[in-house]
Amino acid sequence: MQSKGAKRSIQLSQYMVYIVLAVVFVLFTIVLNNKGFATPQNLLNILRQTAMISVMAVGGTFVIGAGQIDLTVGSNAAMSAMIAAMTLQATNSIFLALVLALGFGVLVGVVNGLLVTRLGLPSFLATLGMMQAVRGLAMWVTDTAAVPISNKTFNTVFGTGYVGPVSVLIIWTVIFYIFGYILFNKTRFGKYALAIGGNETSAIYSGIKTKMIKLYIFMFSGAMSAFAGIMYAGRMQSGRYSFGDGDEMSVIAAVVLGGASMAGGTGSMIGALVGSILMGVISNALVLGGLSSAQQQIVNGLIIIAAVALSNLGQRKNRSK
Amino acid sequence: MPQDISSGLVPSDRPEYPASLNRAGEKMDNIVLKMEGICKTFGEARVLKSVDFELAHGEVHALVGGNGAGKSTLMKIMTGVYTLDEGKIFVNGEQKKIAKPNDAKECGIAMIFQEMSLVNTQTVAENIFLGAELSKGGMLNKAEMNRRAKEVLEKLGIELEPTVRVGDLSVGMSQMVEIAKAVSKDAKILIFDEPTAALSDSETVRLFQLIEQLKKEGVSIVYISHRMNEILQIADRITILKDGEHVITADMKEMTLEKIVSYMMGGEQKEDTKFAWVERSYDESADDLLTVKHLKINSKIADINFSLKPGEILGFAGLMGSGRTEILETLFGIRQKRGGSVLLNGQEIVNKNSKQAVRNGFALIPEDRRKEGLVLIHSILDNAMLPVWDRTTSGKIFNDRKKAAETVKGNISDLGIVCAGMGQRIGLLSGGNQQKVVIAKWLNSSPKVIMLDEPTAGVDIGAKGEILKIIRELADQGIGVLFVSSELTEMMAICDRIITIFDGRITGEIKRKEIKNEEELQNAIQRS
Repeated sequence: MQSKGAKRSIQLSQYMVYIVLAVVFVLFTIVLNNKGFATPQNLLNILRQTAMISVMAVGGTFVIGAGQIDLTVGSNAAMSAMIAAMTLQATNSIFLALVLALGFGVLVGVVNGLLVTRLGLPSFLATLGMMQAVRGLAMWVTDTAAVPISNKTFNTVFGTGYVGPVSVLIIWTVIFYIFGYILFNKTRFGKYALAIGGNETSAIYSGIKTKMIKLYIFMFSGAMSAFAGIMYAGRMQSGRYSFGDGDEMSVIAAVVLGGASMAGGTGSMIGALVGSILMGVISNALVLGGLSSAQQQIVNGLIIIAAVALSNLGQRKNRSK
Repeated sequence: MPQDISSGLVPSDRPEYPASLNRAGEKMDNIVLKMEGICKTFGEARVLKSVDFELAHGEVHALVGGNGAGKSTLMKIMTGVYTLDEGKIFVNGEQKKIAKPNDAKECGIAMIFQEMSLVNTQTVAENIFLGAELSKGGMLNKAEMNRRAKEVLEKLGIELEPTVRVGDLSVGMSQMVEIAKAVSKDAKILIFDEPTAALSDSETVRLFQLIEQLKKEGVSIVYISHRMNEILQIADRITILKDGEHVITADMKEMTLEKIVSYMMGGEQKEDTKFAWVERSYDESADDLLTVKHLKINSKIADINFSLKPGEILGFAGLMGSGRTEILETLFGIRQKRGGSVLLNGQEIVNKNSKQAVRNGFALIPEDRRKEGLVLIHSILDNAMLPVWDRTTSGKIFNDRKKAAETVKGNISDLGIVCAGMGQRIGLLSGGNQQKVVIAKWLNSSPKVIMLDEPTAGVDIGAKGEILKIIRELADQGIGVLFVSSELTEMMAICDRIITIFDGRITGEIKRKEIKNEEELQNAIQRS
């Protein structure tokens, strides 16, 4: 009898994001009717604007599912964008730019993973330190100057291009979510991430190399961040140290809104996508509604609080049984 | 203690009856696991002194002994959690080295843990195949895993859908899943440690059916339990340990409850004066300090009635999981009661949380000192003052460190806490001294009722005696004491009256003066 209630609460927190998105969407459609909220143009805009957060949230779903946290995603994106831009400036080779940018992203993940698994640091602190260091690195390489990208192909493929009415950023997002969905739901990698977050002791006793899996998870998150950086670079046709500032919090909020628990062990790939879209919808509507950027910040902060509160609520119900 | 049994218990007799000789000396050649001369020492303490153990194909072998007899250590050696200092382990006649959990796994040995061993957020099938997933073309083959999980469950007679999340299952069902997981990984030796402690009666019946089924599948089982009724019902053979030594291995047919208990006690009376009963008196005609009427905590623990006089020490004796701890926690407001009433000095009180309980004069010295009783990284002073800072302020706002220091100084000398000073980190103290600080912490709140849950667990023998002495002194001051311990020697030494609890019900009440020896009390606890 009690377990039935618990089951319902789990499902509720899993599906909450869809309900909230639907409610918010209907609300804004009515309220902002004359401001063009519900036009296909604006909706595609929202998806385009949230693409980077969405891509980072693919990695974030694994990270949070495993009960970890990765704060380096934003600064990692910035440094990767710098590397891509500088490589293009020096060699004009798209291939090399991609390899170096992604390579750097993975490297940050390796360091994060080693700090967590070898030195035993809590991931929050390990990645907090790395976040600062990488952001500093991105400022230092050009002494905070932006690096313009003149390679038209790169900019078109990774940022500014369109296929019909659809931005390439949206297409990349879809590709990564298909990939992430399969990896998360259909392979043992996803199961292991959730097992580590759900009960690490049990995972160890089941013969899973939990340290190795954690390392891979941070590497994967690093690669996703680097790709988000490449998308930033393409869209802005340059590399800037300030890219992705504060994205780490948006990613966490998106993943948790999508039904993951901060304690680990749960999470949903599609939920994370919907979570990041939900945040995009809200900030878009706030702009259309004429709120100042200060006011937008306040609302965004409240959304993060609401997201974590929801996650806590689900967990408390689980525990109380 | 009947002499004829005790004479056969002397360890020096043992070599004449090797463990593998059983049932009138007949050699058993179907031994799947044999442990010989196992020794293990932790620091100074010799926990296992050349212990032998063997397990036959398809048998349920009970492993029994009092606290500190060495059962858990032996099992942890078997499962690779600890490594042995001396001795040999044979699996199917072949000598094996079991140095880590994976070695045990390869030998087909699996432990059924009470909890913390399944991933609650995943399904039954996912748990069963955790670490051994089936995949097809790089993708997980969920359909096949569900199908095979179903097969395993059906083979064991467990009616359960493999797609259900483990977190939604009852404790009993989770345990079944765990058994299924072990069996699916070809475990041939299963170790159960107090498997029924958290189970309801009907779940216990199902577990026993499952164990019968496992025996038919050729699985051998080591069954550790304090519940003699279960052992009498399910075990084929029994091995009894005492103080790290092997006492006897025998066929269950030759055993009775009384015999097992007397073997566990080892036929010796503890002469240690520290645990001797000290005559003390309290006013038995005084009004009740605490009266508990029809207390209901959950469906299992209900209709708890008792009363406590000022200055009386009342013991709750029962097995693990019988509800002793829950009763104390409920009185202290950590758990919520579902019914019944609690009267303090004749007036009904409700302790909705621990703060109210403290205000009403209750104090609880919890079972797990390190987790629940202390902040290990804080100083003695900070720990001892934690419940009473709100009464130790200057100008209502600032902590009065001077007054606090005086109080704690008094505690240290009153209770004889051995330390380098009140600023010392409490994690650095010995178990006995830590426990004294926990007691000090509550003395400072001047309680009317002190509840102690296993106050001497993990405390050395000298400090145990001192703690018991402190408790007696507290009672002499008119404080009512509720005392819970698994060590009956201790209960016999300190309690004025003992209430026995079995599966959440009070089954009896004995005056200390009427108890002749520990065996009598042990037998009383086993009776439902």
